Amino acid sequence: MNFYPIFKKELRSYFSSLIAYIVLTVFLVISGYYFYTDLALFVVWGGASIQEGLWQALFHDIRLVLLLTIPLLTMRLFAEEKKLGTIELLFTYPFRDSEILLGKFLACLTVFCVMIGLTVLYPVLLAIVYEVEVGPLAASYLGLFLLGAAFISCGIMVSSLTENQIVAALVSSGIILAFWFVDWNEAAMTPAMAEVLHHISFFEHFYNFARGVIETKDIIYFILFTFFFLFLTLRSLESRRWRGMR
Amino acid sequence: MIKVENLTKYYGEIRGIEGISFLIEKGEIVGFLGPNGSGKTTTMRILTCFFPPTSGKARVAGYDVTTHSREVRRRIGYMPETVPLYPDMKVMTYLTFVAEAKRMDVRLRKKKMGLIMEQCGITHVAHRLVGNLSKGFRQRVGLAQALINDPEVLILDEPTIGLDPKQVVEIRNLIRDLAGERTVILSTHVLPEVSMTCERVIIIHEGRVVAVDTPENLMTRLQKTVKTEVHIRGGRREIGDRLKTIPGVIAVAEGEEVSPGIFSFEVESAQDQEIGGELSSLIYGNNWQLIEMKAVRMSLETIFIELTKTGGA
Repeated sequence: MNFYPIFKKELRSYFSSLIAYIVLTVFLVISGYYFYTDLALFVVWGGASIQEGLWQALFHDIRLVLLLTIPLLTMRLFAEEKKLGTIELLFTYPFRDSEILLGKFLACLTVFCVMIGLTVLYPVLLAIVYEVEVGPLAASYLGLFLLGAAFISCGIMVSSLTENQIVAALVSSGIILAFWFVDWNEAAMTPAMAEVLHHISFFEHFYNFARGVIETKDIIYFILFTFFFLFLTLRSLESRRWRGMR
Repeated sequence: MIKVENLTKYYGEIRGIEGISFLIEKGEIVGFLGPNGSGKTTTMRILTCFFPPTSGKARVAGYDVTTHSREVRRRIGYMPETVPLYPDMKVMTYLTFVAEAKRMDVRLRKKKMGLIMEQCGITHVAHRLVGNLSKGFRQRVGLAQALINDPEVLILDEPTIGLDPKQVVEIRNLIRDLAGERTVILSTHVLPEVSMTCERVIIIHEGRVVAVDTPENLMTRLQKTVKTEVHIRGGRREIGDRLKTIPGVIAVAEGEEVSPGIFSFEVESAQDQEIGGELSSLIYGNNWQLIEMKAVRMSLETIFIELTKTGGA
C-alpha cells in the first residue's frame, strides 16, 4: 500500500494551514472547561464514584465537542481537492483509490489522536491530588478513539460528495447527530423498531465505554460503522468512472 | 506509443467523444486541435486514466488504460488545463510529493529534481508557496510535476492558455526542448500553436476526428490556388488591368490605397504556376515601384472552418 505520500501531504497540510491548531485550541478550551465544571460537580456531589461521577460525565461532554470539531477536520479532505481541481491530478498518479483514502483517513486520525492525547493532561492533573484508576480510564479512551474513527469516516464520505467544505461540515455533523439520537423518541416507535434503532445508535454504544466497560459488541459496532463509511467513500470516488466530469 | 481505437465516451446521455481512433509514434509531438467542448479534454482524461472510456480501446506506452491503469499512470506526465496545484505547499515540497506519488527511487529523485527545476526555470522559486506564484510560474510548476518521473508520454491540456505572449513563447520553447525522446500530446484551440510546436495535428470536432496530418500538408491539401498580395506605386486602373495579363493569374482583386499613391492588389493564381518573376518584370517594365509583396497563406483558422464545414477531408 503506497498511502504514505498522501498521509504525509495531508498531515503537513493540517499543520501548515492553521486548521489543526485552531481545531485543537477550540477543542481543548471547551473540553478543559468541561473538565473543570464536571470536576466541580463531582466534588460538590461528594465524590461517590470517580468513574461514574467524573469520567462518564466528562467523556459524554467530550463526545459533544467532537461532534462539532471533527467535521471541521474532515470537511477539506476531498471537498478542497475537488474545488481546487487537484483531484484530477491525484487520480492520474499511480495510486489506488483505496491508497488515497487510507492516507487521508490516517492523517485525520493522527490529528484526532493528538487532540485526545492532550486531554490525558486532565487525569494526570487529578492524579496528583486524588487516586485515579488507569484501567477504566483506558477503556474510555479506547471508546473515544473508536468514536473518533467513526466520525472521521463519516466526515470523509460526505467530503467526497461535495466540493463545498461548509456543506461537507454541516452534513457530516447532521449525519453524526442523527446516529446519536436516532433512538431517543421511543414514544413514537413500535417496540420492535425501537429495539433495532437502539442498536444502531452511537449514544448507546458509547455509554459502556464512558463507564469504563469494554464490550465486544460495542467495539464491533464502531469498527463496522467506520468500515461501512470508508467503503461508501470508495464507491463515491469510483463514481467518476461512470458519472460526468468530476 | 499511443494507440487509440474507436474510443467513445458518454456522460450519461451526453456525448463526449465518439469513435475516435489514431496512432501516435514514439517521439512525436502531436497537437489536438478543436474548439472548446470538442472532446480534447475527454480524450486526454481517458489517456491519463482519469476515467475509462464507455467503449473502445486505448493503449499508452504499451499498456491498456482500462485494465492496466496504474502501469500507464506510472509512465505518463499530465498537465490538466487549469493546472491545479496546492496553494499552501512550497514548490519544492510539492514536487517531492509528486515524486513520491509517482514512486520514484529516492536517490534518483534527488538528482532529477534539481535538474527539472532548472529546466523549467523554477529553481529560484523553489521555496515559495505555490499560491503566491504568478500564472506563468504556476504553469512551469505544472510542467515540472508532469516531467518529474521522466515520463515516456507527456500529455498537456492547453499548456499556454491564459499566459501573456512572452510567456507563451517561453512555454512553447520549453515544450519543444523537453520533448526529445518523449512522445508529446498537447491540446489547443489556438491555431498558430500547432503549426509552431507540432509535427502532426489531430483535428477534433464535436467528438470526432475530422483530420490527421502535418500542418503543412493540411494547408496544401485544402489550398487549391495561391494568393499573393502586392503593394505597388503607380496608376491604379492600369496596374489592375496589366496584372490580369500575367500567365497563370486567375483573378485580381483591387484593394484599397494603403498610403498615398500606393495600392494593394490580391493576385490569385494556379497552384503550380510561379508568377513572381513575371510580376516583377511587369512592374519593372512599367516603371512602377514595388513596395511590398507577400504570399497570403491559408491560415489554420480557414482550414479549420473548411474541414468542419464539409464534415471531413
